[in-house]
Amino acid sequence: MYAAELVEVTKRFGPVLANDGIDLAVARGEVHAVVGENGAGKSTLMSILYGLHRPDAGEIRRDGRTVALRSPADAIRHGLGMVHQRFRLFPGLTVAENVVIGAEPVRAGRIDRAAAARKVAALSERYGLRADPSALVGGLPVGVRQRVEILRALYREAEILILDEPTAVLTPGETDRLFEVLRTVAATGVSILLVTHKLSEVMAIGDRVTVLRQGRVTGRFTTAETNADELVNAMIGRSLAPSAPKRARPVREDPVLEVRDLTIHDADGVARLSEVSLSVHPGEIVGLAGVAGSGQRELIDSVTGLRGAVPGVFLAGTPVLAGRDPRVAYVPEDRHGRATAPGMSVAENILMGAQRELSSRWTLPTAAVKRRARDLVDRFAISAASVDVPISALSGGNAQKAVLARELTRPSRVVVAEEPTQGVDVGVRERVHALLLAARDDGAAVLLQSSELSELRDLADRILVLYEGRVVAEFPGDATETDIGRAMTGATA
Amino acid sequence: MNVFEWSFLAGVLTATAPVLLAALGGLLCQVVGVFNIALEGQLLWGAFVAVVVSDLTGSAWAGVAGAVAATVLFSALLSIPAVGLRADPIVIAVGLNLLALGLTAFLMRQIFGSGGTYSSPDLTGLPDLGELGLDVPVLREQSPLVPVALLLVVVMATWLTRSRSGLRLRAAGQHLEAAEAVGLPVAAYRHGVTLAAGALCGLAGAQLSLGNVTLFSEGMSAGRGWIAVVAVMLSGVLPYRLLLACLLFGVAEAFGFRLQGAGLPQQAADAAPYVITLAALVLAALWRRKRSHEHA
Repeated sequence: MYAAELVEVTKRFGPVLANDGIDLAVARGEVHAVVGENGAGKSTLMSILYGLHRPDAGEIRRDGRTVALRSPADAIRHGLGMVHQRFRLFPGLTVAENVVIGAEPVRAGRIDRAAAARKVAALSERYGLRADPSALVGGLPVGVRQRVEILRALYREAEILILDEPTAVLTPGETDRLFEVLRTVAATGVSILLVTHKLSEVMAIGDRVTVLRQGRVTGRFTTAETNADELVNAMIGRSLAPSAPKRARPVREDPVLEVRDLTIHDADGVARLSEVSLSVHPGEIVGLAGVAGSGQRELIDSVTGLRGAVPGVFLAGTPVLAGRDPRVAYVPEDRHGRATAPGMSVAENILMGAQRELSSRWTLPTAAVKRRARDLVDRFAISAASVDVPISALSGGNAQKAVLARELTRPSRVVVAEEPTQGVDVGVRERVHALLLAARDDGAAVLLQSSELSELRDLADRILVLYEGRVVAEFPGDATETDIGRAMTGATA
Repeated sequence: MNVFEWSFLAGVLTATAPVLLAALGGLLCQVVGVFNIALEGQLLWGAFVAVVVSDLTGSAWAGVAGAVAATVLFSALLSIPAVGLRADPIVIAVGLNLLALGLTAFLMRQIFGSGGTYSSPDLTGLPDLGELGLDVPVLREQSPLVPVALLLVVVMATWLTRSRSGLRLRAAGQHLEAAEAVGLPVAAYRHGVTLAAGALCGLAGAQLSLGNVTLFSEGMSAGRGWIAVVAVMLSGVLPYRLLLACLLFGVAEAFGFRLQGAGLPQQAADAAPYVITLAALVLAALWRRKRSHEHA
């Protein structure tokens, strides 16, 4: 008998068949990974299991009995807990309040805060989920917030814990710690459903895997008996092309992007960057590694001109221009803030920055704008209902392709890419990598910042490591993750 | 002119009470994340119904009960579309404020036969606490609803911070999806607080037309509901700070009365509360900005 079973679950959103007769069964104490590309139906399926959506057909069983889950309240009653991708926490409440809410200990009509804090502390201790019960959640780093969500589910005595893309917001170290916690939790008999699209994680922690593609189950595996290639096949329906060979050719041309002794202080006078020097030559990809907050933001804002005309930054030998230097193609991390204007159409977003090429007058030729947008949508294989829909209606991967379409078609010799494959599935990731390599082969100087070391190793010719605002190490592109990881934490090589 | 005499303090309390009652309703809505700007209309509607029912029955308490019941019904006109059908609460509230203004003026002519101001020797106002045996300075000439309003501040502050339901309401206001994810019935909370705000505005209206004075005149809420909205914004959703904000208004109004007695033109005196409220808003905004700079 399974702890939880989804039987032939079907869910339709308008014309989209998000889940098409999906069967999924989780055993007691098992870590079950649910993998698939963006839009494969993973989140919908988990939302159905947590009572957030109601299936059009099919049923849900708990310990063999059919249950009706009309709301999260029903799901909680049936022993389900969920750690959401976008945390469902109350910023103005304390950790303890966030954990106990909905089942608060009460004494004499008042919330028994002491008991709440005690219980939360006991749970933290037991599972190694460190969090100060009296801290306000609003001020906590994401890693700790996630622990609060896990604590909440454990406090409600969840027997099935659903985690939706839990590692997307974590550093590699935090991910390792999370996995330890999950193993401890699973050892107590709790079943874990782990939604992810990172195959390395599946192989690291999953007992079994269910693969979804376009709303259907395309594979069921036991991790011990499968490998990443087999999973990729099931996920995208084909094998990944081998990545383009890296060129070890020496770069002789003068650098197009040069940073000399760049030091930047923040408003409090703390140095965010100290004497950073680097150069990127035409036809090479320089990777930028470092734990979050090591100065990547300041460095990238400096080389793109977003920090103003910072002295010490040179593009093709001349100082960087303030306010987004047009000579730089920039693929920002913040897809719906910096990279796109979410409410505007795909066509408008793709056009931005190139409007003067289409018209010198004060009106835009609508037909030409759309023609150009349609052309780029085709060339970059962006799937959008039309170029008139708001770009926020596109999936993360397609929005990212649209950003690349805009940036890589600019006449610029410097490309700055920031976490270019964050939150996109393997198919898009492959495509994004191919585009960056193509830009390199066309002679662009590419500065690539990524928190995924495997990505840097796949693409970069050289890897620079930032630590506390300094470039502390330079590695060849094929350096081991261990070496790079150690430099990232400040350990001298 | 001595502002430190009992009668001045009494004047402050009288002026504060209706604003405070309405503002408590607004605060409750704000806690759950409903921005209720229909306080003005509900206050006026409550004041009108209180006078009508008191006039018909000869009982001021029946007037209070009628005002509360009628204003709860009136607030359902906000809660059903805004919470149930997810319409824009601002738009609905603006409509309701206009509706209250027109409806009271219309019904006044239907019921009392003329517009403007209605008062009559037959119309019973709320008794003074002095008549009820509470013969102490300041409170002697207040209606019983005045201490009720002050008591409600304490009750609400304690309830919101200490009780289980208070925590859940505050949580629902902070993050709607999170509240749903932990299984809280958010829509029920929103309906509940909107209707409760209606009840409080009914009390506020009754205090205005049967407590502060014993009459109804068209548009007699005269912006007090809007002052209440401002008080809610100044309060940071803290009941005690809400009381301070309302008292500020009460002081301004009582002070205005005094100045009028001292020969200041009536228009200037009438404007004082609003000028002071505006100044408070600006100062609060400046203070917040300074604070957020210090935190950044």
